[in-house]
Order: sequence, then structure tokens, then C-alpha cells
Amino acid sequence: MNNEYRPYTLIAELTYRCPLRCPYCSNPLGYAGYGNEIDTDTWLRVFQEAEALGVVHLNLTGGEPLLRDDLERLIERASRLELYTNLITSGMPLTFGRLSRFAALGLNSVQVSVQSSGPTESDRIAGAPSFHRKLEVMQWVASLELPLTMNVVLHRDNIDEIEELIALAERVSADRLELANAQYLGWALKNRVALLPTREQVETARTIASKARERLRGTMEVIFVTPNYYSVHPKPCMDGWGRRFIVVNPEGLALPCHLAHTLPGLRFDNVTKRDLADIWHHSDGFNEFRGNRWLPDVCRNCDRHTKDFGGCRCQAFHVTGNACATDPACSLSPDHGLIESARSQASQSAGVPILFEYRTGRGFSQA
Amino acid sequence: MTNGMTGDIARPQLSLKVRLRFDRRTGHYLLLYPETGLELSRTATEIVHLCTGERTVDEIAQYLAQTHSDISLVEITRDVCDFLKALAGRGLVQGFK
Repeated sequence: MNNEYRPYTLIAELTYRCPLRCPYCSNPLGYAGYGNEIDTDTWLRVFQEAEALGVVHLNLTGGEPLLRDDLERLIERASRLELYTNLITSGMPLTFGRLSRFAALGLNSVQVSVQSSGPTESDRIAGAPSFHRKLEVMQWVASLELPLTMNVVLHRDNIDEIEELIALAERVSADRLELANAQYLGWALKNRVALLPTREQVETARTIASKARERLRGTMEVIFVTPNYYSVHPKPCMDGWGRRFIVVNPEGLALPCHLAHTLPGLRFDNVTKRDLADIWHHSDGFNEFRGNRWLPDVCRNCDRHTKDFGGCRCQAFHVTGNACATDPACSLSPDHGLIESARSQASQSAGVPILFEYRTGRGFSQA
Repeated sequence: MTNGMTGDIARPQLSLKVRLRFDRRTGHYLLLYPETGLELSRTATEIVHLCTGERTVDEIAQYLAQTHSDISLVEITRDVCDFLKALAGRGLVQGFK
């Protein structure tokens, strides 16, 4: 069996609905225009087909997965399939009783997002009162002895709170702390001016995170994800197109990443119409950017393409207008000037308050 | 450590966040934890299976020495310690520093 293209992780986006309105949401703009959510039986079949394909990790995410009232059945089946199942949640709406049932049914870990280290700012970014409930939920997770990841999406308004965020993660006994800079796609790209930190902010935060990583080694894993606007080389997005991940979105589209369907001219298949293995191996969408033949010359002539696979296709399209271009985050990209100008804009507007637009179902805020 | 013994009284066991599962595709065992996992070699699998929280590192090494007569106890002990140290650094085992 060739392991070059083997999915290890299924990202199940159970719904685009969410009680929060974070301005960097990874769901597509205008998500309300999508079709109906696929039903329980379809998800159960998808889990089974995914496991048969080699998937061992399952991320239950959204939107807010807790809004699905069939989550219990999904967790139970995933556990029976021996999938390592991680619930990625805002923590709302949830009761201790429901979380206990998830644990009893075999849920393996929980990731709770926090928007800031304090209630006022966290609730402002989330666009809804939520901070106190999140703290409570993280304490429930720890009391049930479920592994806890505390996730914080970093941007210019919260990246200076790294110390406080680390202290908060320690206080709630997190096993992992993900300090992940926003990736500037979808909502975050729309709000980039209001979100992109300066290089100094990123470097300071990185240094503090590295020290904490050393201090907490073996107790809490500290992960710092650099915004790729400040890295020399692009990220190996999704570990390469159609190599390790399958995303199934709420309406049942099987995708190589959660925004692949925003690229023009690609055809993706729905799990209600086609078997997942067939989609993975043979569909046009999954094969589009596999291998080397599509690579732009800049990448083809660079050794790093075996490591970064040319970077992120969505970033290439949404920044340069060409999905086949080298990721503009790469310093060798002919379009890198677009990233540099975003950085200098961030530097010039440092300290100046800028309002962001909250995510809305309409895709554009009317506020 | 001339006799290959560490004298360590700790009894390592896998952390709560870790699940061990067999991978039909490769015939190897996988150690799964949030977001990622490790594919275990045959020796690593043997060690992990012995980390039940009941055996000390020395007992694990002695057990392995019985089935690997071609390798010295000193070497086995060193390999077990190196491997467990790597796992402990990632928070994947408890009871080992």
C-alpha cells in the first residue's frame, strides 16, 4: 500500500452554525448560502469509509459541533471504529451531563477555544458573552480526566497577552496550548487590516512561548503557530494537497482543506453521491494539486517543494488571483510584494484601533 | 550503570491522552494523541506494551533481554531509557523523567 496519499485525519465540519461571531472564523464567507446539513446516517457511513481508507484521527468541528443533537451517536460510532476523536468546540451550549456522556461514549480529547485571557476582551472578540462559560467547561474537561487543548487564535489585539494566556492554560490544567496566529483566509483575510500583528509583536510572543515550552516540557505542550505572513517559507498547507487530510463540510462536500471549494474551476464531490475512497483516489478535485506537474516554475526549481508542496492553494488564489501560483507568503514568490505591503500596513497602523467585521451568515456584516 | 541497571523505582505507564491502536495498512502499532501520532517500530511496540505502570524500567529491560539474547542488557536498558525519555518529553508517559 502506497502511503504517499493516505488520509490520517478526517475533519468533520458538522455545521457552519455557531453561537460565536469571531472575525477570523475559518468557515467560508457567506456560509449561510450552503445547502442542508447531511444527516446522522450519512456521517456514520462517512466515518466507516474514512476508517477503511486509513483515517485514525477524527476532529469533530464546525461551526459549533455541540449544536448537532446527534453528537452522542457520532462519538459512539467513532469510538467503535477506534478513531481518536477530538471535539473542537467553543464550549457552548454544553452541560456537564452531556460532556460526561461524551466521555463515557469514548471521546478522546477536547479542544476549547478562548479569545483572550480576560472576560471583557474575550467576549468582545467572540461577539457574544462566553468567557466564563468556557472556563467552566475547561474545568469540567479536566475533572473528567479528558485531555484538554486550549486554543487561542492570535492577532494584533491579543498577541501581547501571551504570558497571561499561558498562565490561564496552566490554571485550567491544559495538556496542550495552541497559540495559533490567524491564517489570513476567509474571514481573517477580510479582516486582515484589523488582525495582522507587527513583526515585533510576533517575535516577542514567539520568544515567550519558546521559554514556556521549555519550562513546561512533559507537562503541557506549547505550540506556537507563526502567521505565514512573517515566515520566510510557506507552510506545507494540510501537509500537501490531498495527502493526509480529508475535510467533509456540513453539506457533505469532501475537500482537501476547509476552503478548497472557494477556489474557482475545481469540482468537488458530495459524500451523499460518491464513496469516500473513490473521491479520495479518483476525483478531479483531490487530484488537482497532487504531485509535481501543476507546480509553478519558482517551486519546480526549488528543493523545498518536497517540504512545502508550493504552500497554500487558497492563499495563492485569494491573494494573487491565481490558484496555481507559488504561495505569495514565500519570499521567492513573484507576488511576495503583496505580503510585504500587508506587513508594512500592519507596522504603520500599530497601536491605532481598527474595528473588525464580525462573521455573519450573510457573509457581510450589516452592523 | 555497569551492570545495566538504572535502580530507578518509577513504573512508567502511558498517559491518559494516549491511545495505542494497530494499523492494518502498515502492520505497525500507532501511538495516537491529540492532533498527531507516532508509528512504532516493533521494539518500540514491545516497550510500550510493557509500560503498564506495574514494571520498573529495569524490569522492562530484563523482560526484553529474555527475548533479545543477541543484545546486551546494558544496550537494552539504554534503548528503553532513550525511548521513554522521548515519550516523556512529549507527555506521553507518566512515571518516567
